[in-house]
Amino acid sequence: MDLSYSAEETAFRDQVRGWIAANLPADLREKTANYEHLSKQDLLRWHRILAKQGWVAPAWPKEWGGTGWNVVQRYVFEEELGYSGAPPLIPFGLMMCAPVLLRFGTEAQKKRFLPRIYNGEDFWCQGYSEPGSGSDLASLKTKAVRAKDHYVVSGQKIWTTLAHYADWIFCLVRTDPTLEKKQEGISFLLMDMKSPGVTVRPLILMDGGHDVNEVFFDEVKVPADNLVHEEGKGWTVAKYLLGYERMNTGRIGDSKRELAKLKEMSAPRMSEVRFRDRLSRLEIELTALEITNLRFLDRMRRTGQPPGADVSMLKIKGTEIQQTLAELMLQAADPADHARFDALARRYANMRKTTIYAGSNEIQRNIIAKMTLGL
Amino acid sequence: MNFDYNEEQQLLADSVRRFIQKDYDFEARRKIVAGEGWSAAAWRTFAEMGLLGLAVPAEHGGFGGGAVDLMGVMEAFGEALVVEPFLPTAALGARLVARAGSEAQKNRILPQLAGGKLKLAFAHAETGARYDLSSVRATAKRSGAGWRLEGEKLGVLAAPLAEMLIVSAVSGNAVRLFLVNADQAKITGYRNLDGQLAGDIVLLDAAAEPLGERDALPLIEEVVDFATALVCAEGVGAMKYACDATLEYLKTRKQFGVPIGSFQALQHRIVDMFIACEQARSMACLACSKMDSHENERERVRAVSAAKIKVADSARLVSQEAVQLHGGMGMTEELKISHTFRRLTLIAQQFGDADHHLERFTRAGE
Repeated sequence: MDLSYSAEETAFRDQVRGWIAANLPADLREKTANYEHLSKQDLLRWHRILAKQGWVAPAWPKEWGGTGWNVVQRYVFEEELGYSGAPPLIPFGLMMCAPVLLRFGTEAQKKRFLPRIYNGEDFWCQGYSEPGSGSDLASLKTKAVRAKDHYVVSGQKIWTTLAHYADWIFCLVRTDPTLEKKQEGISFLLMDMKSPGVTVRPLILMDGGHDVNEVFFDEVKVPADNLVHEEGKGWTVAKYLLGYERMNTGRIGDSKRELAKLKEMSAPRMSEVRFRDRLSRLEIELTALEITNLRFLDRMRRTGQPPGADVSMLKIKGTEIQQTLAELMLQAADPADHARFDALARRYANMRKTTIYAGSNEIQRNIIAKMTLGL
Repeated sequence: MNFDYNEEQQLLADSVRRFIQKDYDFEARRKIVAGEGWSAAAWRTFAEMGLLGLAVPAEHGGFGGGAVDLMGVMEAFGEALVVEPFLPTAALGARLVARAGSEAQKNRILPQLAGGKLKLAFAHAETGARYDLSSVRATAKRSGAGWRLEGEKLGVLAAPLAEMLIVSAVSGNAVRLFLVNADQAKITGYRNLDGQLAGDIVLLDAAAEPLGERDALPLIEEVVDFATALVCAEGVGAMKYACDATLEYLKTRKQFGVPIGSFQALQHRIVDMFIACEQARSMACLACSKMDSHENERERVRAVSAAKIKVADSARLVSQEAVQLHGGMGMTEELKISHTFRRLTLIAQQFGDADHHLERFTRAGE
């Protein structure tokens, strides 16, 4: 048993850290540090800087631009990105659509979409949830009717993050409503957001910010070439993606940065035992999460197998920590400093989403109960 | 980075589990607890297996191992709720003597200890000290060629079993350690809630032999950290048993015509137990590996205290929920769950509860 990183891994971390320090534009760093709104241009600017360096999609196969790093290097890279306070890499193209295309897409689809995702030419969003289908995703109703060489799509998606920036959306749609088992008859479609019949309506969350939307489809024509995997096999694709998604939800680098900031902010309150104890407990939670995460990576590296369903615990603990950090930060803030206090209050409100999105934490518990514990 | 036990460590843990399966299952343990409170036969086997010498340096008949080398054994002991005086003898005793003893003392004591012929107890805590290791009022005075001790020591693990005590006492203004033959002390023995033997000790003009130099506090703190890291590993084993047994119960116990594990309210609770156990395991790994390779004292203190907080919190959650999910049966002495609850409750307190370690963790971070 040895919990320390190897000399090579430490050197790799130093290299990544040095490169980020030299290449992350100061104005972007400043914006994230102050929890300011990030425009599409802000997000794409950082995306393209990483793409130019060849680091925007480390997990992809090398032939498509991946770095060939092992799981530990990839984790170190992600942690450093998070720790540096760089704008987030929007996952919908890089970490969701692309892995699906790589696993299920045709050669033509890969050639058409992957380079544009890599270079930040297409901005993607995810069309999964619907007003009546949240945790019960498989009950979705948006329908796609096949007509010769295309589908006609009608229905509504909700909670569509950054749909107002997106050029493309990948969607789960129902292609066969007659089947009894609701997981069957679902297909995975790629849709151009500029298609006639697509309408995006903002949903303003309780922090006052505009991140998510409703997306309406009114008889939108989608070429049949944009179907991924076979018709009716969309649920297989969705499940593949959900497993992929959960590995990235610990957000340990981000939380480490926020914790460091919180400690700095709360220096005047360290004589207050009640506050201090909550801070220490939070720090220990984060350490436990980090080591648990490393145990998963160690297991993945040794077995070459993807993580099991128990990886859901990283999502549960990671989001609880992010929320507690936001809460303690608000408590540490000076209420008389309106601008700062208000930004932190809004952030606190915004972070409530983390235990709801990407499979609510209750759904994650269901997954562990069923898949890991066999209940 | 590597979270596995090495081959030797794994083989040892496996052989401990085989021994437990054969000779120390719940029924056997019940008989031991109802009888003398420890098993001389088990102790002999521990010696033969090399467990008692794990923390004894190789040149004194041991294995020269660190906390990680003992971790798998402690986990197995935790699963089985072993009540033998392993921690006071093979961890605290062996390490104190190995670190503080003269060559003559080490030669005299350690091979005997590793061979199962000598049991030690560490008599340190006193009334009012709680978990503060520096609070020592027992006194040591020179008397002719030797030393004499006066004072009271409370809650000393294995006190009724030990042939030799390691006693802390003040001499001048420094805390020192002394070896005292058990026949020099008045020992009132009792059973702790978890079935382990412990006792209160009165020393009146007790003949003593100095162990190590003046100012033993840094050493005491280091060795107690070592034992704390091991108790964390033991706690992980006990929690693993509690989680496994509760899961099995949820799958087999039927109410309203279905296994109670089909109820989501219970599923989410056992998932939280399972997560708490994994988090505790991560922290026990941290504590044991930092115990063996820390760059400075602060790093060691932070790791061990952080682990103890997590283990204490997890032990509380897992033990309480295990009983709750077992229903009335979980409350009874008939099920091992209730005994696991007892041990986990004391593990949460042993060498300092979560509040104590929270204070220590924070102070070491300043």
